[in-house]
Amino acid sequence: MWDYLKLAVLGLVIVVAAVAASMARDPAYLVHMLLIIGAAAITFFWVIRRVGDPVPAANPNEYMDGPVRAGVIATAFWGVIGFTAGVFIAAQLTWPQLNFEWAQGYLSFGRLRPLHTSAVIFAFGGNALIATAFHVVQRTSAARLWGGGLAWFVFWGYQLFILMAATGYVLGSTQGNEYAEPEWLADLWLTIVWVAFLIVFMGTVIKRREPHIYVANWFYMAFIVTVAMLHLVNNVSIPVSAFGSKSVPVWSGVQSAMIQWWYGHNAVGFFLTAGFLGMMYYYIPKQAERPVYSYKLSIMHFWALIFLYIWAGPHHLHYTALPDWAQTLGMTFSIMLWMPSWGGMINGLMTLSGAWDKLRTDPIIRMMVVAVGFYGMATFEGPMMSIKTVNALSHYTDWTVGHVHSGALGWNGMITFGALYYLVPKLWQREGLYSLRLVSWHFWLATIGIVLYAASMWVTGIMEGLMWREVDAQGFLVNSFADTVAAKFPMYVVRTLGGGMFLLGAIIMCYKLWKTVTDSPAREPARAPATVAAE
Amino acid sequence: METYTWLRPFADSWHLLFMFLFFIGVFIFILRPGSNKVHKDSANMIFRNDDKPGGGNTGPSKARHEDQKEAR
Repeated sequence: MWDYLKLAVLGLVIVVAAVAASMARDPAYLVHMLLIIGAAAITFFWVIRRVGDPVPAANPNEYMDGPVRAGVIATAFWGVIGFTAGVFIAAQLTWPQLNFEWAQGYLSFGRLRPLHTSAVIFAFGGNALIATAFHVVQRTSAARLWGGGLAWFVFWGYQLFILMAATGYVLGSTQGNEYAEPEWLADLWLTIVWVAFLIVFMGTVIKRREPHIYVANWFYMAFIVTVAMLHLVNNVSIPVSAFGSKSVPVWSGVQSAMIQWWYGHNAVGFFLTAGFLGMMYYYIPKQAERPVYSYKLSIMHFWALIFLYIWAGPHHLHYTALPDWAQTLGMTFSIMLWMPSWGGMINGLMTLSGAWDKLRTDPIIRMMVVAVGFYGMATFEGPMMSIKTVNALSHYTDWTVGHVHSGALGWNGMITFGALYYLVPKLWQREGLYSLRLVSWHFWLATIGIVLYAASMWVTGIMEGLMWREVDAQGFLVNSFADTVAAKFPMYVVRTLGGGMFLLGAIIMCYKLWKTVTDSPAREPARAPATVAAE
Repeated sequence: METYTWLRPFADSWHLLFMFLFFIGVFIFILRPGSNKVHKDSANMIFRNDDKPGGGNTGPSKARHEDQKEAR
């Protein structure tokens, strides 16, 4: 009965989407409808082939690792896509000829830039967060994922959202809000998927068999709830037509700008920080085989981060029409945010106290420690750049780009790589990783790549800022904008090189994870009962 | 505008006080006497139930307090 209902709903979706596609007012909307038809059709055939089959009862004494495995594969896949897009647009900035005439308006920098940012943040980072959230919440709640197939809906629904966002960007469907580019249709779909994600996560936490909710789950919950709130408020807009992708935002003027950066900064704070801190608080202690340095500090880290981050957004709008008090408030909270950030960094690093020798022998731990190091560096740099006088120099320059990437590549990238290296042997029951030497290669390529990237952006950003404000004895500006662009060329070459090294490292990782699954000896089953007995 | 006129002073006074006290309260609660044991147990929670969800055999964590000394 349930199967027939599903088939009816899917059939209806296909028909409605087909009608909508025939009435589409722009190519992006047409492609989105075709994507929906494709996704619904695939699901339809998947369901119809299983109608009447006995439903295998889910074993509550087993973890549900299917969506986690799928999430790990998706993370690695989207990571390589996103990094490739990044290296390509870095090359486009260096050598503008790469904005090919035949692809004008589709593969030019302006179209590919949101594709890159969304691919790395939402596709790579988002899949990593969903996969690790599902993994961690089961282990720390000692319970199987709640909701049965709902976790699979979250996974596949999220991939559909990514495809809708990516095709939309190339075809020019965008709200023009940084990190919130997807238009209303994709936004509505993401809302549904996100609510399902929240339900699965909370359901598992509620039926946990451990009395306490482990701190990593608090961070994951803050991430899921806050991102839902940010997404809903920042995307309040009215579609121009039910058959077109364009919508008109409800917010306008400085309110719109403030809401956008309240959203944008907290996307960094709760998507790229709180969620990934959940990873840090689980995978570093697990890989180091030591409990977190101070559990008290980790709870303080959580509450302080939650309380302070939400106010820091106005620092993106220094010296704009935003009221002065709001700018000062944003700056003050950004500086205060330094404290919990460094508390968390110290907590992560000191987890290794007494086991520092692992840094020499275990390249995965090394990766995680470098990630926490970059977390500390980026959260020092950020508050500094939020100070108005510093921001006067740094804003609109490549320094901001460098800051974002030392956080994104160094902190988010490295901690995700560490988590993937931890997860793959566990999830596919392998003895260990295929080759530790290749992990070292990945580590060094990525680290040197980030250093090249961040250093070149510091140099070019500060140079650019100084050139913009340089005036001669008569008070005239010395440099034209084109002068600064020309001066940046060598640094742009270095940046492209650094990004290329980071990409190469990620490709090595994919090869190695593949070989781990196919070539590494299986974990002997004798070990599983042994660990149970030890408890 | 009517909403703004009463929300603005409320946000500046009572709600600000509430958030401040809540924040301080959280820190005091974390440092309360007797929290050490709970926190130690929670910090070591990740080393249990690695391969399988906890069944009746693992039991509530109170029963396990004795083995904690070895766990760290």
